[in-house]
Amino acid sequence: MTGASGMLGAGVASMLAERGDLVTVLQRRPAGLGLPEVLADVSDAAAVRTAVAGQDAVVHLAAKVNITGPWREYQTANIAGTAAVVAACRAGGAGRLVHVSSPSVAHAGSSLVGAGADPADPRRVSGPYARSKAVAEQIALDADGDALAVVAIRPHLVWGPGDTQLIARVVERARKGRLPLVGSAAALVDTTYVSNAVEALVAALDSCSNAHGQALVVSNGEPRPIGDLLRAICRAAGVPPPERRVPTRLAVTAGSVVETLWSLQRLTHRGTVASDPPLTRFLAQQLGTAHWFDQRHTREVLHWSPRVGIDEGLDELARWYATGAVS
Amino acid sequence: MTEAIPSDVRPQLDQLPGLDPRWSRMVRATDHDGIVRTWHVLDNGVEPTVGTMLCVHGNPTWSYLWRRFIAAVPPGWRVVAVDQLGMGWSERLEVPRRLSQRIDDLATLTDALSVRGPVVTVAHDWGGPISLGWALAHRDQLAGVVLTNTAVHQPAGAAPPGLIRLARISALRTAACVTTATFVRAAAALSGPSLPAEVRRALASPYVGASRRRSVGDFVADIPLETDHPSRPALEAVADGVTTLVDVPALLLWGPRDPVFSERYLRDLLTRLPHADVHRYGHASHLVTEDAPETAEHAWRWVSDLCLTPVRSTGDDAGSPQPARNVGGPLPWAELAERAGDPTVAVAEVRHGENQEISFAELEERVRDLAAGLAAAGVRAGDRVALLVPPGVDLTVAVYACWRVGAVIVVADAGLGFAAMGRALRGAGPDLVFGVPKGLAAAAALRIPGRRVLVGTLPGRVRELLGCAHSLADLLELGRHHEPPPEPPVDSDGAVLFTSGATGPAKGVAYRLGQLRAQIDLVRTMCAVTADDRLVAAFAPFALYGPALGIGAAVPDMDVTAPGTLTASALADAVAAINATVIFASPAALRNVCATQHALTEIQRDALLGVRLVMSAGAPVPLQLLRAVQEVLPVAELHTPYGMTEALPVADVSLAELEAAGPGNGVCVGQPLPGVSVTLSPLTASGRAEGELTAEPDVSGEICVSGPHVKDRYDRLWATERESSRTPGWHRTGDVGHFDGQGRLWVEGRLAHLITTAGGPVTPVGVEQRVEELDRVAAAAVVGIGPPGTQQLAVVVVPADAVPKPRRQPRRRRSVLADPQLTETVRAVAGVAVAAVLTVDALPVDIRHASKIDRTRVARWAERVLAGGRVGHP
Repeated sequence: MTGASGMLGAGVASMLAERGDLVTVLQRRPAGLGLPEVLADVSDAAAVRTAVAGQDAVVHLAAKVNITGPWREYQTANIAGTAAVVAACRAGGAGRLVHVSSPSVAHAGSSLVGAGADPADPRRVSGPYARSKAVAEQIALDADGDALAVVAIRPHLVWGPGDTQLIARVVERARKGRLPLVGSAAALVDTTYVSNAVEALVAALDSCSNAHGQALVVSNGEPRPIGDLLRAICRAAGVPPPERRVPTRLAVTAGSVVETLWSLQRLTHRGTVASDPPLTRFLAQQLGTAHWFDQRHTREVLHWSPRVGIDEGLDELARWYATGAVS
Repeated sequence: MTEAIPSDVRPQLDQLPGLDPRWSRMVRATDHDGIVRTWHVLDNGVEPTVGTMLCVHGNPTWSYLWRRFIAAVPPGWRVVAVDQLGMGWSERLEVPRRLSQRIDDLATLTDALSVRGPVVTVAHDWGGPISLGWALAHRDQLAGVVLTNTAVHQPAGAAPPGLIRLARISALRTAACVTTATFVRAAAALSGPSLPAEVRRALASPYVGASRRRSVGDFVADIPLETDHPSRPALEAVADGVTTLVDVPALLLWGPRDPVFSERYLRDLLTRLPHADVHRYGHASHLVTEDAPETAEHAWRWVSDLCLTPVRSTGDDAGSPQPARNVGGPLPWAELAERAGDPTVAVAEVRHGENQEISFAELEERVRDLAAGLAAAGVRAGDRVALLVPPGVDLTVAVYACWRVGAVIVVADAGLGFAAMGRALRGAGPDLVFGVPKGLAAAAALRIPGRRVLVGTLPGRVRELLGCAHSLADLLELGRHHEPPPEPPVDSDGAVLFTSGATGPAKGVAYRLGQLRAQIDLVRTMCAVTADDRLVAAFAPFALYGPALGIGAAVPDMDVTAPGTLTASALADAVAAINATVIFASPAALRNVCATQHALTEIQRDALLGVRLVMSAGAPVPLQLLRAVQEVLPVAELHTPYGMTEALPVADVSLAELEAAGPGNGVCVGQPLPGVSVTLSPLTASGRAEGELTAEPDVSGEICVSGPHVKDRYDRLWATERESSRTPGWHRTGDVGHFDGQGRLWVEGRLAHLITTAGGPVTPVGVEQRVEELDRVAAAAVVGIGPPGTQQLAVVVVPADAVPKPRRQPRRRRSVLADPQLTETVRAVAGVAVAAVLTVDALPVDIRHASKIDRTRVARWAERVLAGGRVGHP
C-alpha cells in the first residue's frame, strides 16, 4: 500500500490488516499504523521494487494532491511514482494493482451531470494535478493484462473526520471569513465519506478479476448543492457559515489572476510561500459547476455500495470536532 | 447493372453523418430514349423476403434524406433510395428533364435493380408526383404509399408557394438555383431550430459548383404552374390517378411549418386519399424527416402494421386495425328532440345582470333550422366546423346543428394560449368557422382556413374584411325554407377536442357521435341527473351538455377562457336564473369563488343553498379548496371526477370519501365509474410502462382506460394514436397511479414526469403532497435531474411567505437554495432521497386550468440551476 499516512490510505491499510491481510505500507514519513513499513518516496524505483517484491497485490495511493505548485513536482510524484509502482508489480510478480485516480483526469471545467467515467485525457484537463494524474492513470491501465490486473478507482472528494485536505481547508477558510459562495451555490456536487471510499478500494482489490482494465468513479451517489455542503461542514465544525457571494464568472477570472500572482510570488520568494492561494481558477470552477456521477456501473462491478450517508457522515464529523480532535 | 462508385465521389460519401457508405452504388441502365444513364442510389442490398421500400427525394435534396429509413430497416426489407438524374451523385444532364421522363426514369431504375413487389413508395417534395406516377404504373407491385410534404395539385384559386413563384422568374431562378447555391442552402435552412451544420453540409454536398446545380434550376422550371406547361398533363394524370388509390394504404407524414408545401396541400391530398393515415409533427418544417427523425421509426411501424406477407402483392385488404365503433344507440340530441314544444328554459346566459334565454322548444326549432341552413349552404357530413363562440345560446345552437347535419365540431379554446390555439385549429383544418367578431378576427390573425360564419352583427365593410360568407342569422333564415338533411349515423365523427397541452403540444382528440353520447350518459349516471335538475356550467365542455342531458343549463357571467374570473356573485346569479341544482366548475374557478364570497348578498347565498352537487374537474383539486367551497355551498355534495380530454369521466370521488381515504401516495380519485374499466400497465425499473396489465393493489403503473366514451383516435397524429392504443381495447392515459386495497384509484403523476433514480422510478405527486403539508410551504414541484436511470430528486418549493411580483420590478432576490432548516424539514417528510431543495416565487402552470404544474419546465430550470447556471425564473 503506497501513501498510507493520509486519512484514506490509513483507513485502507487498517481495514486490510484487520481482516487478516499481511500489509506493508510505503510512504515518506512513518504512518504510525503499527504495520511493516518502507519509508521512501514513491518515485524511488529501487525502494518501491524492494517493497513490492513478494506481494500479491498493490494499492497505489501515494500522490501529490494540491491545486497549485510547479509541474515537475507533480511529474515526479504522480507520473514517475506510478511508473515505478507498475514496474515493481511486474518485476515482483504482484498480480493485482488498484490505482487510486481522480474524476478530474477525464474532465475540463464544464459541469458533470450524472456523468460516467470517460477515459483519462491529459490534454483536456486543467491544472497540474489533474494532468499528472491523467498520465498516471493511462500508465496504470496500459499495464493491465494477463499477469497484472489493474483497476483505476476515482474517488470523488473524499472527506471525513481527520481530513487534512478538503474539510480542514474549508473550515480554515471559513474561520478566517475567506470562504466565498460561488454563484448561486446551487451546483450539485458528489462527495465520498471516507469509510465508503475505504470500503470501495478494498472491494476493488477483491473485484480485480472482473473489474480489471476499467476506471471507476466512486462517490456517495448523494450529490448536494455546494452551498448546502459548505454550510453543513461549517456547522459540524462549529465555525461561522459562508455568507460572501461571488459571481461565478468573476470568481473564475479572479482565480486565474490570483494563480498568476501566486506563481510570480513563488518565483521571487522561492520557498517562502507556504500556504495555498486563496482561490484558483480550478477551485472556482469546482465550486461553481455541478459534478456528480452515475454510480450504477461502479456499484455493480465492485459489489459495493456506500454504507454511510452524507447526513450520517456529517454527524460523525460534528462528533469528531466536538471531542476536540482537531489536529 | 451496378458498378463501382467513381473515385472522385467515394470520399464525398465516406464521412457523412448517419450514412453507411456501403449502401452507396452506381447503376447504369438505358432510359426510354435509348440513352445509357448512370444513377447513384442508396440500397441496403438485402434480398427482400417481405418487401421493398422505394424512396424518392425532391428538389434540391438527394437520397441522403432517407438515411434513417435505411438504418431503421426491419428484417426482410430492401430499401432503395434513388438520386434522380441530374441530382445527388447521379449523372448530370444537359437539358431539362420533364416530370413524365422522371416517372419513366424511376421505372427504368427499378427494373435495372430488379425491384419486385410488394413495394411501399416513400417520397418528399417534388419526389411525390414522381413516386406516385411510378405507383400508378406499378399497381400490381404496390403495397402502400408514404408521402411527406409534397403536392400533386395546385388547389384552385390558391397562389402557388411564394418561394416557388419567386424561383420561377427565369433570371432569378438561374441566379438562385444554379449560379449560386442560394436555393440549395435555403432548402436546408427552413428548419427551426436549424439542422446540425454537418447535416446541412451533407445535404448540399452534391451541389457544389454551378455545373452540378443545373438540374436544380430545371426542376423548379418543370413545376407546371401555367395551364400550357409541357408537364401539366403528366401532373394532372398523377393528381387524378391518385384518387384511384383508395384501396392502397397511405400514410402522410407532415411538417406543418413548411412555407412551401403548406397545410392546404395536405388538405388537398386528403381529399384525394381520404383513407390516409396522417401524422403532423407540430414543430417540423419542409424537411420533415430531418426535423422529426422519428418519422423513420413511425413509417416502419406503419409499414409493419400492413402485415405484408411475401406472397401477397397488393395491400388492398391490409391496413391499421380499425378501432371498435359504436353502432346503433341514440344520438347525442335524442333528448332535445323529445322536448320539442317544451317552453321551459333550456339555455340561459347571464351577462351583466341581464339574462338571455331560450326554451327547449325554441332550441329544437333553431337547431333544425340551422342544420337545414348549413346543408343548404353546402355543408356536408364529415365537414369540420371550428367554433370561436363563447358558451351560451348561440354556441349551443351551432353545436347541435353541426351534429345534426353530420359535421364535426372543432373546439380549441383560448385557454391553450393564442398561438397554440392557432396551431391546433390550423392542424384540424376546418371547412367552416363560426365566430363572434372577436373570434373571426382571431381566425384571420391566426390564418385559420375555412368559410366564415358570423355570429352576431358587424358593419358590412368589416364583415367583408373578415371574409364572412354567411351569418348565423342568414343561415337560420335559409334553413326555414329547407328541410334538414337525414340524421347522420351514430358512428360518424362528431368532435375534435384539444388537450390542454400542459404535458406537450395540444393534441386533437376525435370523437364519434356515439362516443359523445356515451360520455353524456356517463355524466348523467355520475351526477344522478333527474328531470328536476338544472345545471350551471363554468367548465367549457359541460356548458354544452345541458340539452343533451335533457335539463336546463345556465352559463355564468365570466370569461370562460380564464376560469379564475368566475366570482361568487356571478355564480350565484347564474344559479338563481334557473334555480340550478348542479354546478360544474374548474378548481381555478372555485378558488376565485371562495376568494370573492364576501361579496355575496343574502339573496345570493340563499340561491346557493339550492345546489345539491358541485363537480370540479380539469385538474387535481386540493382538499383545502374543497373544504373552502363547502363553506360557500353548505348543502352541496362536492365531487371531483377524474378523467382527461381522451376519456371523461373515468372515476369519481366525493369530499367525504376523500376525507375518509386520508393521505397516500398520490391523489385519490375514487372508484372507476360503472361502465368504465381501469387497469394498470406496471412500470419497469427504468420507468417504462411495459408490464402485463393488472388491477392488483399497490402496483404502480400507467393508467389504462376502456369504455364506450373513450376517444376514437388522436386527430392526424397516427403515431401518437398507435402508441396510446398499443394495447388493443385500452387507452393509455400517460398518467401513473395505483389501486388501494379498497379498489380506489390513486393518481401519482404523469408518466412523462416520472423520476428514474438509480433505485427505481419515483412518482412526484405523493412527495409533493407530503411537502405541501409543511407550514412553510405554499406549493411544491418534485422533478428529476440528470440522465434517466440515474436521476436525482430536486424539490422546488414556493415558500408560504413568497410574494409573486411583476418580473420587471427589481427586488432583493431570495437565495435560490432553501435555508438549512427548510431543507432539513423537506428532506425529513419527502420519504425519498432529496438532492436539493430550491425556492421560487411561483411555479409555472398551464393556461387553461391554471393549476397543472409544468413539471417539464420546472425540471429544465432546476437542472440548469443545479448545474451552476443562471437562476432566473422557471
